[in-house]
Amino acid sequence: MIYEWLYNITGSSILSMFVVSLLPLFVFILPFALLAVLAERKVSAHMQDRLGPMRVGYHGILQTVADIIKLLQKEDLVPAATDKKLFNFAPLLVFAGSYAVFAAIPFSSIFIGSQIQLGIIYIVAVTGLVVAGILMAGWASNNKYSLLGAMRSAAQIISYEIPTLLIILTIIMITGTLSLYTLSELQTSYFWNWMILGGPATGLQKILYIPLMIIGCLVIYISTLAEVNRTPFDIPEAESELVSGYHTEYSGMKFAMFFLAEYANMFAVSAIVAIIFFGGYQSPFGYLGNAIGLHWLVPIEQFFWFTAKGLFFVFVQMWLRWTLPRFRVDQLMAFCWKYLIPISFVILLLAGLISLI
Amino acid sequence: MEIYDIIFYLFAAITLLSAFFVVTSRNIVHAAFYLLFTFFGVTGIYVLLGADFVAIVQLIVYVGGILILLIFGVMITNKITQVDIKTGTVHTLPAAIGVGLFTGIVGAVILNTEWRIVDSPMPVATLSTLGEMLLTEYVLIFELLGILLLVALIGAASMARK
Repeated sequence: MIYEWLYNITGSSILSMFVVSLLPLFVFILPFALLAVLAERKVSAHMQDRLGPMRVGYHGILQTVADIIKLLQKEDLVPAATDKKLFNFAPLLVFAGSYAVFAAIPFSSIFIGSQIQLGIIYIVAVTGLVVAGILMAGWASNNKYSLLGAMRSAAQIISYEIPTLLIILTIIMITGTLSLYTLSELQTSYFWNWMILGGPATGLQKILYIPLMIIGCLVIYISTLAEVNRTPFDIPEAESELVSGYHTEYSGMKFAMFFLAEYANMFAVSAIVAIIFFGGYQSPFGYLGNAIGLHWLVPIEQFFWFTAKGLFFVFVQMWLRWTLPRFRVDQLMAFCWKYLIPISFVILLLAGLISLI
Repeated sequence: MEIYDIIFYLFAAITLLSAFFVVTSRNIVHAAFYLLFTFFGVTGIYVLLGADFVAIVQLIVYVGGILILLIFGVMITNKITQVDIKTGTVHTLPAAIGVGLFTGIVGAVILNTEWRIVDSPMPVATLSTLGEMLLTEYVLIFELLGILLLVALIGAASMARK
């Protein structure tokens, strides 16, 4: 583990803990956000037969860097009628909530912030902070659009947490573990051991699991998409109705915090889908490092596979955003409560029956 | 000072300070948000005591559920309609007597109890032990609680329909 390694070098537990807890931010979230914002603009442009940003750097590669410099230089504007304390604190809370998720995500077998046994439930729990932060931002802005956006967002996240949790419960029931590390280790070596293809089960059980797992994967992908407020579930910040929802009044770095949190969340939920159903950091077909005898290569390969899977699901999110129109509020709630939740209950029951075989 | 001590005092300070602000804050929305930090601090202390499952459940139920509902309710009633709901102080004397008595009892218990101080072993995951206990020794209580919650749910749904 990285922590033990650092502890042996520096000899200070506080320093090494600090470095380990900062690693995901600097190694992962910031570069990812830079890349993903650019990718979103390019993907959207190409899907609509446009070119997207082209001026800064080769084919606009440096566009996000320029944007960030602009955001850093902006005046920190706090509207007069806002609730100053809460207004300034809300972006921090939202970002802290989405950053805390990364503490339990196994990037590779040696790079995991904390191997807590309750990893997956912990992730569900800390997203509660994001909801509180969004409500805080919406209320403190003292703006009816912000408040409406925050209300919609909170209602949506709370509703869609239920199908997510039910599918997670199914997986917990099948595998008997809540630790994301153990869950990744269970789906080892080849792609037919991934949970989407029945996991480590064998024989008839495996064949019966496959359809359930595919539906479950779809349900959890849809509901996590709704939890991060992405199109087609972006009614909390629907531009054509609510300006931009709970962050209408924010500008400069505070807006950038919301933006960063949104992109960090996008990767986090993609990573959760990848860990639960697609083997986490496991390679689909053996490791090059094991084959040629260089065992230090394996964690690097695992990091590559994990990032590749995560980025693929992020790409699917972007793809959906530029393909599907937005839901109406009542449709959104009906879809969750009348379809997703009953489906996930049926999956839970059937998986329980099959696991008795 | 071990790092665990620092973390403990940090969480204790968060809990106590925010709890103090919850009761003294004049703005009811601020009070609700301070409550968030109280719950968060208590969660941290649970983690340090090795009760990982209780900590996570505290976070899910109180922060993710009850507090969000509370803020929802408070937000709809306040500021939007230009009616400022302020917290005030009433019945100072009976309250003072009650709080004084309670503090006295708690203080007496703390001072007069012989605390057993032992080095706790490295905390292990409590989840599987908890699960087994719930489904063997305490199964009747567990099922009764389930029925109680179900009754409450049905009641809430039938009230909402009217």
